[in-house]
Amino acid sequence: MQSMSSSLNALWNHLSDSPLLYLTLTLIAYQIGLFLYQKSGKKPLVNPVLIAIVLLVAVLLITGTPYDRYFQGAHFLHFLLGPATVALAIPLYRQFEKVRKSALAIAISLLTGSAVSAVSSVLIAWALGGSEQSFLSLAPKSVTTPVSMGITEALGGVPSLTAVLVIITGILGASLGPTVLNIVRVKSWAARGLAIGTAAHGLGTARKLQVNEEAGAFSGLAMGLNALATAILLPIVWYWIF
Amino acid sequence: MLFYLTIILLCQLFGEALVTFFALPVPGPVIGMALMFVGLLIKGSVPDGLSVVGESLLSHMSLLFIPAGVGIMVNAELIQREFVPISVSLVISTLLCIAVTGLLMSWLTRNKSIGGYKE
Repeated sequence: MQSMSSSLNALWNHLSDSPLLYLTLTLIAYQIGLFLYQKSGKKPLVNPVLIAIVLLVAVLLITGTPYDRYFQGAHFLHFLLGPATVALAIPLYRQFEKVRKSALAIAISLLTGSAVSAVSSVLIAWALGGSEQSFLSLAPKSVTTPVSMGITEALGGVPSLTAVLVIITGILGASLGPTVLNIVRVKSWAARGLAIGTAAHGLGTARKLQVNEEAGAFSGLAMGLNALATAILLPIVWYWIF
Repeated sequence: MLFYLTIILLCQLFGEALVTFFALPVPGPVIGMALMFVGLLIKGSVPDGLSVVGESLLSHMSLLFIPAGVGIMVNAELIQREFVPISVSLVISTLLCIAVTGLLMSWLTRNKSIGGYKE
């Protein structure tokens, strides 16, 4: 028995040093999430990403694995966000005619939406007694992870907290966004995509692309433009107020 | 296919290089997206191989956010301490942003052709 458990230990140590284990665990967790999502009849609140994150956190806590070791192992998936962002140019190109026709409407809606997101998140957190650290991490939450982390860092917030808030925002937007748009009766694919991409960056865009290419293209465009607008405007506005 | 994967990585690489060189406030991949877009405009169509590679990257894009999301375990304490302000702020501001952006966009484009939706 002794040697059995020590050889299991050696096996675990060997596997937990390589990316293979963490990549596999992440894929399994995501597929469990997808399975439950399908099983639920695609209920928006049964979000595959959320389920995967909860499962992985549980596994890491139970096995006493530090987050850094997991992240190094699963880093390849995180890296692929870069090439996936570049590939968003494809749906955007296919829908370019429609985008060009409504360029001014896009610019106005996007800048307004972006300001609403940043200002309301800070005001609400402030009114409910949040700390300055949390406002700074909340303000860029609608912007895709690498940019928002950079903005938070420049303003003096907590980048790793921002990354998490950005992802929760993405899950919220992707899962509840369509319902909100139905309630306020926004029907065109262009407007629906733009709204989700402005508020919920890549996670919202990923969901839109699965539903409709036009919505996906507007969403991807909104995600890119909002990253640009927030990165330039938020620090200026912040220093101007404080 | 490998050729188009290389093209995508090259766009990202040039994007990163431009960002670093000019100290731009935008992430490299967003500039890479712009470069790819300009390339497609010049080319005038999306090559089949590129379409295949792009589709495989985009069809499960949500999976790629998981490793960063698991980072919640590192910030659990701060989130727990300020659970009410953080969670109320996240939910309301996100849904408000979606409603405002969607309404404004659909109002501004109300005279243009509008397709139906099913979701």
